[in-house]
Amino acid sequence: MRKVIMGNHALSYGAMLGRSQVIAAYPITPQTQVVELLSEMCADGTLDAKFIKVESEHSAMAACLGASLAGARTFTATSSQGLTLMHELLHWASGGRLPVVMGNINRAMAPGWSIWSDQNDSLSQRDTGWMQFYCGSNQEVLDTVIQAFKVSEALHIPSMVILDAFSLSHTYEVVDVPDQDKVDEFLPPYKPRIRITPEEPHAFGGLTGPEHYFELRYKLQKEMEKAPALIEKTGKEYEKFFGRYLGLVEDHRCGDAELILITSGTMGNTAKVAVDMLREEGMKVGNLRIKVFRPFPFETVRKILKGARKVAVVDRNISYGYHGIFYQEVKSALYGQDSNLPLFGFIAGLGGRDITPETFREIVQYTKEKDRPEEEIVWIGVKR
Amino acid sequence: MSKETKEKAKKMKLSLPEEELMNSGHLACQGCGATLAMRFVLKALGQKTVLCIPACCWSVIDGPFPYSCLDVPIFHCAFETAASSASGVKAGLEMVGDTETTVVAWAGDGGTFDIGIQALSGTAERNDDILYICYDNEAYMNTGIQRSSATPYGAWTTTTPVKHFKNRPKKDMVAIMAAHSIPYVATASIGYPEDLFRKAKKAKDIKGTRFLHIYAPCPSGWKTRPEDTVKLSRMVVQNAIFPLYEIENGEKYTLNIKLREKKPVDDYLRIQGRFRHLSDEEIEYIQGEVDKKWGKLLKQCGAN
Repeated sequence: MRKVIMGNHALSYGAMLGRSQVIAAYPITPQTQVVELLSEMCADGTLDAKFIKVESEHSAMAACLGASLAGARTFTATSSQGLTLMHELLHWASGGRLPVVMGNINRAMAPGWSIWSDQNDSLSQRDTGWMQFYCGSNQEVLDTVIQAFKVSEALHIPSMVILDAFSLSHTYEVVDVPDQDKVDEFLPPYKPRIRITPEEPHAFGGLTGPEHYFELRYKLQKEMEKAPALIEKTGKEYEKFFGRYLGLVEDHRCGDAELILITSGTMGNTAKVAVDMLREEGMKVGNLRIKVFRPFPFETVRKILKGARKVAVVDRNISYGYHGIFYQEVKSALYGQDSNLPLFGFIAGLGGRDITPETFREIVQYTKEKDRPEEEIVWIGVKR
Repeated sequence: MSKETKEKAKKMKLSLPEEELMNSGHLACQGCGATLAMRFVLKALGQKTVLCIPACCWSVIDGPFPYSCLDVPIFHCAFETAASSASGVKAGLEMVGDTETTVVAWAGDGGTFDIGIQALSGTAERNDDILYICYDNEAYMNTGIQRSSATPYGAWTTTTPVKHFKNRPKKDMVAIMAAHSIPYVATASIGYPEDLFRKAKKAKDIKGTRFLHIYAPCPSGWKTRPEDTVKLSRMVVQNAIFPLYEIENGEKYTLNIKLREKKPVDDYLRIQGRFRHLSDEEIEYIQGEVDKKWGKLLKQCGAN
């Protein structure tokens, strides 16, 4: 059924169609509509789930971990300050191999207080052992939640489904909401190999000495390494069911492009518009939108960048003291390759500053005119 | 054992079930009160129990991976999450069809009075169907005897040295829990196993959030003799420092161990190294505070 819904509700519908069994959440702008709709669904029986209305995001994640360990499919959603309050437990989720799926609305970190979009909240959770999916449309949000359950449960690794504040969370788009029967066929109930039950008493997560801990982390990484292929396979399976492919990246006219933009999230769609405009003006540009940040799709990125003469990475985030975070990943993807591809790193749109087609025109202009970037970081639209 | 004693023992009836869900091989110190607390509680709750244990002595006592000295499953959870983890486990179990298992949050005083109080308050306010048990050894013992808000007035700890001993009263956690109007709040002491057993059993059969506060001495942290653990656990009740009572629905107070003759606090304090520095005046002050609280409790229990 086609519905006009906001990005936040796309998360709720994804969680509902995925038949989440336990939801624990705490309100934060701009995530609130996700949990409002889910609590309505739980109240009127549309969704057979327990909704624990916790007193903080920290408890939200703690309750999700407990529920997941008991064998229930578990969902939560948060944003920014809420996500970073959970930080300790994000490690607990991946270390405990609990396949929780969480929506995160990208919102800039305080101070100063901001409710507008940037990616520093989720990207500062990079090393917590979660898979991270950055969405570009409401349709993608819904589709990603359903696929994230499947991939997470197969690997026993949690997933974060990420969308921009307001430009996606509060923007209404036409979304095809799949039939429940078909989703049930695609995503069978969660059946963990091991769970907490008095029938088979185990101690989970107890004191682990140097003789065991190392191997537990090795196994987590080994499973994470399987994720890129599994995400692609799951995407193809989803395409067979619902006609839409998710995959690791979106390649928009990169094939013959001399200059490739690298983007993520909603600005990736704006970049597509800019690419089409610039193509009409005769410029050979393309846009590579990275959908999956963890695990980082190194192989795919290398392959797509192979024919390019220049690459411009646009980051709506920063790792202070170094650079944009996607820039770092792309740079390390290119290290050791034969080409000496000039890589330009731009930072734009922090704290919700608009990123428009004109922003990309400026970025492309700069990249075209120069052989190498004149500054380590090229700031776009900053008032100096 | 003399013939006479043997005959006597034969006639004696066990006041607690014989079945043990706690086995040998645990890692507790000698004379640890927390191990007795667990042993008695599990006798009452039985095998259909799940424990959520945050960072505390018991996260070590149980044994390192892959061992466990308990015959019930354990979720070793983050320090401040005993209550919220238990809420999640309960919801999860129910959603997979298990409505019978008793889900227990089992935390020390630091994890309850301090870092875990927010999550605990949340769980209690929602009246989630879990049993929260705090075994109270009155300081951060697992990390090396640092003061917590459960440390009593006058006590030495490694962060309240003798020159600056703790000069604030112990937080009244039971009153805080009663203020949440949850169905059941009770205090218990390992020195009164039958009372503790009865309360754990009673709590098991109540729906909603139940809170059990168990006094559990720590010889290593209190500088007491291991063989005095049980003695202290009886003295503390008899001198009314830790009276045994229960509160139903935040209103109905019942005193469980009535004191025909309330003992002075002096003897109790004097045999503990952590109070060795206290002057007579300070002990007198403590006595005054205990008397005040006792008087108030008697009024609340309607047992003047």
